Amino acid sequence: MSPKLPPDELIPDYRSDLAHDGERRLEPEFEVVLEDEGRHSIDGLVTSELISAEAYGEWLPEAEIIETRGTWSQVWRRFRKDKFAVAGLVVVALLIIVAVGAPWLAPHNPLTQYDSGLTAKGQPVAPNRHFWLGTDLLGRDMLSRLMYGARVSLVIGVLANGFALLLGVIFGILAGYFRGWLETLIMRATDVMLAFPIFLLAIALSSSISHPGIWVLVVVIGIVYWAPMTRVIHGEVLSIREKEFVMAARLTGCTNRRILTNHILPHLVAPIIVYTSLGIATTVLLEAGLSFIGLGVQPPTPSWGQMIADGQQYYTSALWLTLFPGLCIMITVLAFNLVGDGLRDAFDPQQRRR
Amino acid sequence: MAGDPYAVPAVPQAPDGSVAPGAAGVPDKPPSTGADGDGGDTLVSITDLKVHFPITSGVIVQRKVGAVRAVDGLSFDVLRGETLGLVGESGCGKSTTGRAILQLEKLTAGQVFYEGADLARLHGGALRRQRRRMQMIFQDPYASLNSRMSLGHIVGEPLLVHNLRPRGEREDRVKELLNLVGINPNTINRYPHEFSGGQRQRIGIARALAVEPNFIVCDEPISALDVSIRAQIINLLQALQRSFGLTYLFIAHDLSVVRHISDRVAVMYLGRIVELAANHELYGEPFHPYTQALLSAVPIPDPLVEERRRPVVLAGDVPSPASPPSGCHFHTRCPAAQKGLCDVDDPVLREIRPGHFAACHLVSAADYPKIRSAEDRAAAAGTAAAGQTTPGGDAS
Repeated sequence: MSPKLPPDELIPDYRSDLAHDGERRLEPEFEVVLEDEGRHSIDGLVTSELISAEAYGEWLPEAEIIETRGTWSQVWRRFRKDKFAVAGLVVVALLIIVAVGAPWLAPHNPLTQYDSGLTAKGQPVAPNRHFWLGTDLLGRDMLSRLMYGARVSLVIGVLANGFALLLGVIFGILAGYFRGWLETLIMRATDVMLAFPIFLLAIALSSSISHPGIWVLVVVIGIVYWAPMTRVIHGEVLSIREKEFVMAARLTGCTNRRILTNHILPHLVAPIIVYTSLGIATTVLLEAGLSFIGLGVQPPTPSWGQMIADGQQYYTSALWLTLFPGLCIMITVLAFNLVGDGLRDAFDPQQRRR
Repeated sequence: MAGDPYAVPAVPQAPDGSVAPGAAGVPDKPPSTGADGDGGDTLVSITDLKVHFPITSGVIVQRKVGAVRAVDGLSFDVLRGETLGLVGESGCGKSTTGRAILQLEKLTAGQVFYEGADLARLHGGALRRQRRRMQMIFQDPYASLNSRMSLGHIVGEPLLVHNLRPRGEREDRVKELLNLVGINPNTINRYPHEFSGGQRQRIGIARALAVEPNFIVCDEPISALDVSIRAQIINLLQALQRSFGLTYLFIAHDLSVVRHISDRVAVMYLGRIVELAANHELYGEPFHPYTQALLSAVPIPDPLVEERRRPVVLAGDVPSPASPPSGCHFHTRCPAAQKGLCDVDDPVLREIRPGHFAACHLVSAADYPKIRSAEDRAAAAGTAAAGQTTPGGDAS
């Protein structure tokens, strides 16, 4: 028997039609190569010989192994298609470069009050050749302060989220994997937390501490945000623990610890990445809000929220005092949200169309 | 197949497996010596197995308001070296039974004896060691392999956990196992997504074999596969059984496949076994009306015979296992149900003929022909239930 079907028999009708426009011939898209009595097959297309063959004892040839992309390269491929997400990623990358490289990139010292930074009447200087984004009320360079402000925002965003994540993963796994009364306790506690107005809680927490600073903010925000993180991880663990590979692991004798570290945690990476990037956006906003009302980062350390607070009375005469920090917050939050949304869609393409 | 990797495990587990576990004293239990006088050595014995899933309500304090009776009182034995087929509609409790035997579900009641040891009483390390002899092959080859682990880790993990091979020999053993199930051993560093469904199922089989089990629950191992691949997997399972003396509990809803692979077959309906018999007995002469209806629904690959096939169409749907019917669970759909008997009394699984058990009031050794005639009368009267031809009764 000839495994390669002649095109004539395959598609006689098309052939006659296509004969007119050029010499285009439709070839079959695949070619079944038969060697050693038909054991080969391509992409799951199995020849009939294979069915009756006693497959036992002889492995199928390498040709049958389907080359598909790994999870990560698939995610990256889908992420790349989302233009907004890529734009967000570029902005995030720039932000990180600016934040890390602030000491070298900033044109001025953010804390120095320049004589040339104030007019003769003692008013801030508008954007000019020397101070690209103008100066603030004390004659400090706005651009440099914004760059250092990015540091504060990102450090708090990452650390506070890391803290919330740590709590969320621990509680989420305890509740989702071990179930029982522990689950009831933890999940009802998250319900209570989620019912609180988050900003109010953060204000109450940070105002009860006499010396607010970066670390206090990290802990406060972490405490405020553990609940939504726990929710997400709990749900994920609930669905993973019922998967067959977890059952198989239990059957082959894996301990709970091994199942958690080798089988469940690796599958939590995707939701963790997505919710961290979305969480950083909210954290940046929360930090700006707290700094705005004076409960966040304390002067003279520059922070975007605090800069807006300083300049808010002068927005008619010196718009740059509030406009630029406001833009910074907006762009940062937007960028992280875009990246987070893009990642979520890339990890789980089926969920995209809601 | 040099250096048979299984030479060690198959035999030594046997020594005192003679403790008769069926002695627990539940009346409707089919004795282990059934079928074809195969030696009749019981490997796994299930007594009055019940798995109920509670239906709860309440926010903080969970009140139990009911239970889904997924498995409701099963008793049967699995003999050493046999393949016991377990068939039934979806939702009848087949898979739950398989999982409960392996202690993957919490038993509501009952015992599962493996070589005399009650698994339900074991915990932690003791259960882990005992369960090493019992493995499972799963339905969905895409969900049963951890996508973040390479083949070497998937198949090698059981070896590591049970410390079955010294570190240096593990990789060789993994390759040996892969070779055994027909996967190129050089793919040890590849990940599951690089393989097709059939190949993944083979990898799952290799993982199960890694711990050198005696008993394997095959939970619909071919339902999720392409038709063209199914025969390969079945052949592989049979070849492995021959080589290593494995015992299978083969769960499926495909009656033809079960017929092909099983020595004995148990039919489940709503959490209970309604009929259990040797393969040829059950397919040749089904006693229980439900079994008869099931078998009549199987298409026959012969147009002439197929044309004459008159399937018994059951009325209605499977009742909810949360509130199963009174008496015989099947009486609401049974074409031969008798008022005052079937809807009141719960039939027990009785031995109608040697090795042939059925749970039906209307079937007994003495009046077995009655049900046929009753049914024929119904058919003649033009009732919905059409007459019954036993499909494939002629073939093997």
